[in-house]
Amino acid sequence: MSAPSLHCEFVQKILTGFIVNEVRKAGFSRIVVGLSGGVDSALSAYLGAKALGAENVWALMMPYKTSSPESREHAELVVKQLRIQSDVIDITPMVDAYYERFPESDHVRRGNKMARERMTILFDHSAKLKALVLGTSNKTELLLGYGTLYGDMASAINPLGDLYKTQVRQLACYMGIPEAIVRKAPSGDLWVGQTDEAELGFSYEEVDRVLNLMVDRRYEIPEIVAAGFDERFVRAVLAKVQASQYKRRPPLIAKISARTIDRDFRYPRDWGK
Amino acid sequence: MSRYIIALAQMNPALGDLERNLALHEKTAEEAIGRGAGLLICPELSLTGYFLKDIVSSVALPLTSPILSRLRDLSRRIDLVVGLVEESPEHLFYNAALYLSRGEIRHVHRKVYLPTYGIFDEQRYLAEGSRIRTFQADIGRSAMLICEDMWHPSAACIASLDGMEIIISPSASPGRGGLEEGRTFANARAWETINRAYAQLFTCYVLYANRVGYEDGACFWGGSEVIAPSGEPMAKAEYLSEQILIAEIDSAEVRRARIANPLLRDERLDVTLRELERVKREVAR
Repeated sequence: MSAPSLHCEFVQKILTGFIVNEVRKAGFSRIVVGLSGGVDSALSAYLGAKALGAENVWALMMPYKTSSPESREHAELVVKQLRIQSDVIDITPMVDAYYERFPESDHVRRGNKMARERMTILFDHSAKLKALVLGTSNKTELLLGYGTLYGDMASAINPLGDLYKTQVRQLACYMGIPEAIVRKAPSGDLWVGQTDEAELGFSYEEVDRVLNLMVDRRYEIPEIVAAGFDERFVRAVLAKVQASQYKRRPPLIAKISARTIDRDFRYPRDWGK
Repeated sequence: MSRYIIALAQMNPALGDLERNLALHEKTAEEAIGRGAGLLICPELSLTGYFLKDIVSSVALPLTSPILSRLRDLSRRIDLVVGLVEESPEHLFYNAALYLSRGEIRHVHRKVYLPTYGIFDEQRYLAEGSRIRTFQADIGRSAMLICEDMWHPSAACIASLDGMEIIISPSASPGRGGLEEGRTFANARAWETINRAYAQLFTCYVLYANRVGYEDGACFWGGSEVIAPSGEPMAKAEYLSEQILIAEIDSAEVRRARIANPLLRDERLDVTLRELERVKREVAR
């Protein structure tokens, strides 16, 4: 069972069309994207530039003092290749000012705070530049809940949310994103030496194959195991998907009235657009 | 007249905006008239957009609506197939297609099979139609089968036995899956198989008008097409882009296909009915 692949030319066309269409419907013509130096945000920026033209894409680099210099170099490489406008905003003063009061906080809390700090900057620039925030979360991390709610998961529109990590890499190669960015070990870069795969305990290659069977092809757990995967691994993946379901839904509303938002007040987001 | 120029409008309607969509229909009709077409076929729910949810009741139109009289007027210059939410006198809402000609509504088809699975939720918002009828259009004896209606071969079979020479299929098909294997969506490839198979099996034209554009992230893939009664594709629109697809159809092609393959002649309505009655009895038991 191989990892899910993609017909890149067609997918690129769908995703650039999606960006043009949804950005215009929202009444905007520009986008702003946070560039981490990783392949996901690079791909979002490439798709955005292809869709709207480089002049309509703003990239923000928002390093913290412990961020790897390589991340910054890779983000700069994307800016240079695409000739998009960019700015660097160091989030160290804001994050450190807050944690002066909570010096005992662990790296998970700090990592989430950094992701949310970046989100507030992106949305402030959304207002400043009249630009929609382009999302960078892929399907693998959304399903596993491997992202910060209201942090890196926040965006106005997300072209990558239905592509697995392995498909993101494939499309990134197709679009000419530098090898160094596509091939390096994925990392949230939230603390020194962090890598996604070490933290998750499995490789994207492996988990994408399981998620593809589970989600897209509707295999039951025993069927996935029969297809050649370790049962403990498959159950661990399912547990992550279930545990993070709340992150993929709007907050619960206590039902009082006859018509509650999203429950029985159901309108498409593109209402009248 | 055996030869007839038709136009399929691969358009991108605005979700829930009747006025804007009416203007789009008028503009598209002008272009089709300019290119010599006698019939313009618009996609499913072309006047309203597709994923309406609770907007349904706000954009529904009774057949007496003044908005439709604008289209009736337009149909004095070109025959039109348009999609709308039809509100019945009982205030039921149907996913309907109208055939307009010479200022009149010549035929109404209410979608019979409402998909309610996966990305679809039609039965939550809409009422099911219960008739499959052919009608006489200038291009020949026609049946309108809206999108999911085409996925039930019984519907096309009934229309065929009712004299159908042409299937008019307005569609709003969101692309899904299969991009691992091919240059288009899995369901688009399935549609293309169905269109060819129906044309060949029912020795009829298939005029498939699918929309483009995005609604809440779902992408309508276009790829509208005209399939000849031989099963051969005659005209094909691009995937994903707005386009007016023009084709010339010829009723003599139906005749030739039916001489070459007299499948309709050999249909056994008596056997079909008797066996269906038996199946019905046995399933009920």
